[in-house]
Amino acid sequence: MRFAVIQFPGSNCDVDLLHAIKDGTGEEAEYVPHTADSLDGFDGVLLPGGFSYGDYLRSGAISRFSNVMSEVKRFAEDGKPVFGTCNGFQILVEAGLLPGALQRNKQLHFICKPTELKVANNTTRFTSEYAKDEQLTIPIAHGEGNYYCDDETLKELETNNQIVFTYASENPNGSVADIAGIINKKGNVLGMMPHPERAVEDLLGSSDGLRFFQSMVKNFAKETADV
Amino acid sequence: MYNVKVYVTYKESILDPQGEAVRGAVHRMGYDEIDAIRMGKYFEIKVQERDERSVEDVIETVCDKLLANVVMETYRYEIEKVKETV
Repeated sequence: MRFAVIQFPGSNCDVDLLHAIKDGTGEEAEYVPHTADSLDGFDGVLLPGGFSYGDYLRSGAISRFSNVMSEVKRFAEDGKPVFGTCNGFQILVEAGLLPGALQRNKQLHFICKPTELKVANNTTRFTSEYAKDEQLTIPIAHGEGNYYCDDETLKELETNNQIVFTYASENPNGSVADIAGIINKKGNVLGMMPHPERAVEDLLGSSDGLRFFQSMVKNFAKETADV
Repeated sequence: MYNVKVYVTYKESILDPQGEAVRGAVHRMGYDEIDAIRMGKYFEIKVQERDERSVEDVIETVCDKLLANVVMETYRYEIEKVKETV
């Protein structure tokens, strides 16, 4: 499986994502600049964390209009897997690929620490290697990770089983329904505030994030074998 | 030429933690009569359009797509006709 790691001006978790794919799963990954016109030849797109365009206006608001994003949208519409972590999640909601919005953390602080996550849905192509309700230790690092959506959207997320990760013990940022990560209806675009790419080896404190990327790889292999 | 002032703020239903923090500071200054503070963003935009109607169209599109995130924010604007600056 060949992954594109998109680099926006101000991305800073791109190296971690490349490392998670190459050294964690043993698959291929390449950096793709925000100016790129094509995602041909890639099987998955990863949007990294960071502070793209300095978080000017709102996190992700400017990146959404960068050149490569129309290709990312098309890639998503084709049903191919797109994953955004942290700032990548913010970009996905700003681009309308995922519902809701990410607000300033309830207590205004930037929070950087390991959190306990619960796998609320293990039937996605991103989480099939986890058990349902399994608890994971994955770090967060954000100032604007307070997920917000209106009641109607929340109901829809719940009905369609689109809430994939929730904060298990304490809610660090005030997000609606303890939401840490969601998936689109079609099941191919996932965004989350925590950083699974920073938890792919025990030496770093946790390897719970590795199975996230392994799920993507396994499900891709399954799909291509079926064709 | 038109000069447009755009104000973007959180919707009433959304907690504004920055506004709350500023309100806390104002109370520590002793101004207890200040009940609420909502913080927002302010833009000054110059638009070259023939008539006010077209300016409204442009501004609303830009606000909906970029300046405000309509999931959690709302906006209002004021349009003012100004002389062409050469």
